[in-house]
Amino acid sequence: MNKPILEIKNLCIDYPISIGTVHAVEDVSIILNKGEVLGLVGESGCGKSTLGLSLLKLIRPPGKVSGGEILYRGKDVLKMSGSEMLKFRGQNIAMVFQNPLTSLNPLFKVKDQFLETIHYHKPEIKQEEAVRMSENILESLGIDKERMHDYPHQLSGGMRQRIMIGLGLIMQPDILVADEPTTSLDVIVEAGFIDLLNRLRERFNLTIILITHNLGLVAEIADRVVVMYGGRIMEVGSADNIFSRPLHPYTFGLINCIPNIELEQKELITMPGNPPDLVNPPPGCRFAPRCPKVMDICKEEVPEVKEYNGRKVACRLY
Amino acid sequence: MPELLKVKNLTKNFPVEKNILDVLLAGRKRNFVHAVDNISFSIMEGEVLGLAGESGSGKSTTGRLILRLLEPTAGSIYYRGKNMVSIHRKEMEALRSKIQIVFQDPNSSLSPRMSVGDAIGHPLIIHNMGTREERKEKVLDLMGKIGLTPASFLYKKYPHQLSGGQSQRVVLARALITSPDFIVADEPIAMADVSVRALILELMKKLKAEFNLTYLFITHDLATAKYLCDRVAIMYLGRIVEIGTRDELFGNPHHPYTKALLAAVPVPEPKRRRTEEMPKGEIPSAIEPPSGCHFHPRCPYAMPRCSEAKPEMRSVSPDHYSACFLNE
Repeated sequence: MNKPILEIKNLCIDYPISIGTVHAVEDVSIILNKGEVLGLVGESGCGKSTLGLSLLKLIRPPGKVSGGEILYRGKDVLKMSGSEMLKFRGQNIAMVFQNPLTSLNPLFKVKDQFLETIHYHKPEIKQEEAVRMSENILESLGIDKERMHDYPHQLSGGMRQRIMIGLGLIMQPDILVADEPTTSLDVIVEAGFIDLLNRLRERFNLTIILITHNLGLVAEIADRVVVMYGGRIMEVGSADNIFSRPLHPYTFGLINCIPNIELEQKELITMPGNPPDLVNPPPGCRFAPRCPKVMDICKEEVPEVKEYNGRKVACRLY
Repeated sequence: MPELLKVKNLTKNFPVEKNILDVLLAGRKRNFVHAVDNISFSIMEGEVLGLAGESGSGKSTTGRLILRLLEPTAGSIYYRGKNMVSIHRKEMEALRSKIQIVFQDPNSSLSPRMSVGDAIGHPLIIHNMGTREERKEKVLDLMGKIGLTPASFLYKKYPHQLSGGQSQRVVLARALITSPDFIVADEPIAMADVSVRALILELMKKLKAEFNLTYLFITHDLATAKYLCDRVAIMYLGRIVEIGTRDELFGNPHHPYTKALLAAVPVPEPKRRRTEEMPKGEIPSAIEPPSGCHFHPRCPYAMPRCSEAKPEMRSVSPDHYSACFLNE
C-alpha cells in the first residue's frame, strides 16, 4: 500500500460540562490505507463514535477538537470551511449511522432522498440521470428499484440500513464510516449485511471504518483493528493478531468475556469494575484499576502507544 | 427431575386496531398478529431452557404469558401441575412470589424515585412478608450475596447513581427477594456493555446454584444460549421450530432455520470467516404469516408441500424435536 488516505495525528476531543471536562478522545493517532477495513472497537463511552464524528467535523458544540489533526490525502479536515465541509461529506468521506429509521427523513420517498443528495453535490446532473444512478446503486444493494417510491416506514429494517448505505455511497466517496451499522438488525440480516459490505468493498475499492462493540462483526470483516478504552488507544494490530494473540490485557478481556459459539466454555473471563470516569480519569493507564496484571507504575504514568514486534500497544508489559 | 412448568398449546393473538366504523359498517374482518401460535414445551426443575429467535418471533410474548402479564388466547400453563390460566387473579398474584421476571432494560424497570433498598424490598411488602426490620435485614443480606456491596452504602442510592452492572443486579435482587424458584429472564444482558455481560452471566450461573433456580432464558444471541442453557427452543414467527438439548441443538441442528441462525452468528476468530449463503429477506409479517411452514419462503430446501401443510414436531433423536418435512 502507498500513501495513507487518512491520517489522524494526536487527536484530542473534549466536551466541557458543568462539573469539568470530559476527555472523550485523547491523543489518538491512526493511519488508514486505501482499500482497507479498519475496525474501531470498544465499549460504550470509549470515544469511538466521537472519533467517527470528528472525521466529518460533526462534533457538536460545546464539544470541540482541542488538539491534533485529521489529514485526508494530506489536507487537514479540521481546517476546512463550513461550505468546503458540505461538499467533502458524501463525496470524500460518508457516514452511516446506527439507527436507520432516525437517519432517514420519514416525509420523503426514498427516491427524493437520493435525488436531493445528488442534486446538492452535482447540480449539473439531470433528473433522469440521477434517477438512473439511484436505481443502479439500489440494485447493487439488492433492493428492487420499485422500492424507490416507498417511504422509509414501508421498508424493513435491513432495507432501511441498505438505503442508508446507498445514500452514503451515491457520490462515490473514498471512505465509508459505519457507526454500529448492525446494532438494530437481526442476526441473519446482519450476516447478509456483512456479505454486502464485502461485495461493495471489492466493487468500489472502498475504504471502511467500522465502529462497533461487536467483536464478532470485526472478526468477520476487518483487516486491522484499533481497540479503544477510556478515550485512548490500547492496541492496534491486524485482525489475526488481535484475536489470536492479543497483547493488551484489556483486549484479552474483551475477546474472552463474550460467549463464543465455537467453543465449549466453562467460565467467561470477567473484568470487575466499571469503565473510567472521563472527567477525572485515573492517572496513569485508564485500564489500571481493572487490570489483572497491574503494576505500581501503571497507576502513575500514562503508557505511550509503542511499537512491539511490528504491532502497536499502550501497555507497560511490553 | 420433576417437571416445574409445562406449556401446552399456548396461543396469543393481538387484534390489530382498526377504525370501529370499518368493522361495523364496511364489515371488514379484524386482523390479528399471531404472536404465539400453538406452542408446547416443558421445563424441568433446576433446568435452564433457552428461548431463542429473531425479533418478532414471539419469545418475549411467551415469557409474559407465563407470568400472566398477558392473558393467553388459548392453551394452558401448568406450574407444578396447577393450571395457571384458570386460577383467579388473586391466586395468580400470590403465585408470582414464586415466579419472577427480569426484563431487558434495568433502567426502565426501576422507578427513578425509589431507592435501591426500597426497590428490592418492595415485593416483600406486596406479598406481606416480614416486619420492617426483617425486610431490611433480608434486603441487605441478599444485596451482599448478589455483589451489591457495600450493601448499607448502596441501600440508600437511587437508580441514576448506579452503573449499568449495578442496576441489573438490583433488578435481579428484586426478582430474588421473595425466594422464587422460577425466573423468566427476558434478554437480561442485551442492553449491557460487553464487559458487564460476562459479569451478569456468571452471576446468574452462581445464583442458580445457590438458590436452586430454574430459568427460562430468552435471548436473540445463540452464543449466550449455548453458554448458559441446558436445552434450547428456537422460535420463528410464533412457532417453535426446533427444541433439543444444548449438545444436540448446537452439535446436530436439524431445522433449516436453526442452521441458518447458527451460521449467521459472527465468531470472534478472523480465520473462521463464514462462507455459507444467508437466507434471503427478513422475518415476514405475523399478521398474515406465510401458509404451511412459516419459513418456506426463505428456506433453501423448500418443497411444494411446505407451503401447503404445517409440519408437526417430530423426534429427530432423543430429546430433540424439529418441525420440518425433511424429517420424515
